[in-house]
Amino acid sequence: MRRRQREEWPRYLAARAAEAKDARLADFFAGGGLDPEMPIGEAPLVAMDFETTGLDAGRHDIVSVGVVPFTLARIRPAEGRYWVLSPRRRLSDESVTFHHITHAEVENAPDFSTIIDELLASLHGRLVVVHYRQLERTFLDAAIRERLGEGLLFPMLDTMSLEARIHRQSWWARLRRWAGRPVASIRLHESRQRYNLPAYTGHHALIDSLATAELLQAQILHHYSWETPVGALWR
Amino acid sequence: MNIEQLDIRGHLAQFAPFDHLSDDLLDRIAGSIEIRYFQAGSELLSKDQPIDSLWYIRSGAVEMYQRSGRLFNRLGEGDIFGYSDLLHQRRVRYPVQAIEDTLIYFVPAEIFDEICDVDDDFSEFVDTGGRLKVTVQQQRDDSGLMTTRVRKLITRQPQMVEADTTLQAAAQRMRDENTTCVLVVDLTESQSPYTFVGRDGRHWKLNGILTDRDFCTRVLAEGKSPQTPVGEVMSSRPIVIQSDESVYEAMLCMLRNQVHHLPVLHRRQPMGILHLSDIVRHETHSSLFLVNNIFVQNTPTQLSRLSTEVRNGFVRMVADGANSEMISRALATIGRGFTQRLLELAEAELGPPPVPYCFMVLGSMAREEPTINADQDNALVLDDAYDPEQHGDYFEALATFVCDGLAGCGYAYCKGDVMATNPRWRQPLAVWKRYFEKWMREPNPERLLHSSIFFDLAPVHGEAPMVEALQDLIAEQAPRSELFLAALARNAKNRTPPLGFFRKFVMEQDGEHRKSINLKRRGTAPLTDLVRVHALACGSKSQNTFARLDDIAATKLVGQGVAERLRYAFEFLSMVRIRHQAEAIEHGQEPDNSVDPEHVGSRERHHLKDAFEAISHAQKFLSFRYTLPGKGSSRSQGAERGETAS
Repeated sequence: MRRRQREEWPRYLAARAAEAKDARLADFFAGGGLDPEMPIGEAPLVAMDFETTGLDAGRHDIVSVGVVPFTLARIRPAEGRYWVLSPRRRLSDESVTFHHITHAEVENAPDFSTIIDELLASLHGRLVVVHYRQLERTFLDAAIRERLGEGLLFPMLDTMSLEARIHRQSWWARLRRWAGRPVASIRLHESRQRYNLPAYTGHHALIDSLATAELLQAQILHHYSWETPVGALWR
Repeated sequence: MNIEQLDIRGHLAQFAPFDHLSDDLLDRIAGSIEIRYFQAGSELLSKDQPIDSLWYIRSGAVEMYQRSGRLFNRLGEGDIFGYSDLLHQRRVRYPVQAIEDTLIYFVPAEIFDEICDVDDDFSEFVDTGGRLKVTVQQQRDDSGLMTTRVRKLITRQPQMVEADTTLQAAAQRMRDENTTCVLVVDLTESQSPYTFVGRDGRHWKLNGILTDRDFCTRVLAEGKSPQTPVGEVMSSRPIVIQSDESVYEAMLCMLRNQVHHLPVLHRRQPMGILHLSDIVRHETHSSLFLVNNIFVQNTPTQLSRLSTEVRNGFVRMVADGANSEMISRALATIGRGFTQRLLELAEAELGPPPVPYCFMVLGSMAREEPTINADQDNALVLDDAYDPEQHGDYFEALATFVCDGLAGCGYAYCKGDVMATNPRWRQPLAVWKRYFEKWMREPNPERLLHSSIFFDLAPVHGEAPMVEALQDLIAEQAPRSELFLAALARNAKNRTPPLGFFRKFVMEQDGEHRKSINLKRRGTAPLTDLVRVHALACGSKSQNTFARLDDIAATKLVGQGVAERLRYAFEFLSMVRIRHQAEAIEHGQEPDNSVDPEHVGSRERHHLKDAFEAISHAQKFLSFRYTLPGKGSSRSQGAERGETAS
């Protein structure tokens, strides 16, 4: 399974580069793939986080996007980008309290289509790091598909699934579960606590990107190494 | 500014030296931060590695090691490191290791340099050698009394009359000029050290002063005629002050001498009169005026009622931003005032002393640096004509009267029984001389532990020359007594300062943690101990630690700048201790010397660390400077190797 993923992503990206009708996507696919054997310590990375109006990419929309470029040696918040977007459907009051993004803010915000160029440029040539890939992957794919007529999928490094492997799938975690002990939380904040990382204000796309980048640095040092090939980590 | 930079900025803004930065500079730093996570146990910086950023601990903890492998510092959240390397060769001097999982914020060197250029407070803070000095100087500048010169308070020329002027004419002059005193001057033939040139070009001499109070006590009360010449009733040889002295000094001078009028001279030329009320108007430090009150109390019980006022006055002085030297000297003046008044009252009750004596204070009171919770340490020096059979009872009663009185005024009995009530410390001058000679000739570190307090001594009441004779004896013999100095030096290293603070704890040199620190035992006391050794070695007769440091600095006994560094360390430690005690009093607690690290701010921690380091260095230097011949216990390893080789 792991071996297959390592080789399948480059093959998929190469195929999409050839097939893509939109020039920007073709360009992204052509230059976006890292060699699966590249050590994670050398890889250019970018942490990405979305805030959305809900969990269903078919019914809900992205309201903000944060990206922070980094490597295992340095996170560079100053080079981070943040966009507030206008959802196609009305923002519900619950999600306002959740994200701290107000109706007024999204009223004048642009549509996702206006940031596609800049977002792709931020991700280009870097391995994207997210916490819980299902959300970012499906929402990005849906948003792009809706506007360009074709989807966008690429390998992602998911800090939540790394955390799950360590705390939920190890023999020790299984033993704990069998003994009826509570399962370790793998949410962003709780995961960070395990590595002595500070508490940040959650639910802001840019802060969560930064928090994800720091978490990955910690996970690699504790459970992998700078030599670990990216192909063994991405999904 | 991005939101995550706001979080970074908010964190930086809580800690020194970022807490004092302008918003613009803080934005500039927060916008430049880079981040990296380090695992516990990993090396963050290795020796001689080039360094290109200032390191800031966002979470976690690190340790720095000296070349010898000794722990240099332990740092936690909000601390910075790497700045001295950045300022100097841009290479790492002390390796740094993470002792916990640690998240580091980096401030690039260019930004660091830029902030240093534009913000003095920041650059002084990161210049470790200088930051304590700057802080102490800032404290000093904040208090006007110490820096304001007397001449600033002088608004008019003094009224001067000749000695043969009648009292009536002098009184009319005072009425017309609306003054409360006149100076009495006389023409002299020749120029002398006491003369000045008047506006008429002739030589005059200041002979006395006549105040409105004198008209009551010396003229009316004595039934003098208005035609009496002023020369007959004036106070001759008046207490004067130079115009460039500080207002504070003038105030102490008035209190010490119990005068309210102080002629102010420029060299020998009278420039004006300073009245107590001028100072009161200038600045109200009522704690000091308490001394006035002390001298009008007529029983020990009345005196003891003033002790609450002493505490309130102390708290007020601290709140007014007075520095440690001012506060300590005020407390010393008050303490001596109590002692002196008690002796006056004792003599009034017991009758005049059968033989001359001098009552002396020892320890911190003699050094003029007592704290608000100081014990009493005192002794009696008696004339050599003293006969225990005949005079013993009198002096025992005198000592008991004073020591009990002092206890009533808040000066606890000395735990080591160093008090005039102890017959051993109530002896004729000749015996005292033998005591000191024995201590210096046959020094025994254990015995010296208990007697070092006697090497800080000052007369309070009675025949001051008797105590001065002891001071002379010490100044003459101590510099030649190598064994004595070596023993004293060894004792001076018994109490060491800690390394610094870490989170809620005090960090010891060996990495151990403690819950609190006794700032006297671990700070000011070791410092005064080591200063005493040098002062005795150079034959200084000063008792005050600052004055001793001046004497030491003049002799080249210690390296350049060392005395200065110790001075700042002492001032800072004393001030922290004083502030801590004032706070305790304000909260209705008994003031002590124990400080809880949770109450020490981030800036203060850095300064305390510097002060501890200064003491630690100076203690190590003692071993090199004063060796105990033969025993080798305080020798350096190098010296021991040299010995075996020869």
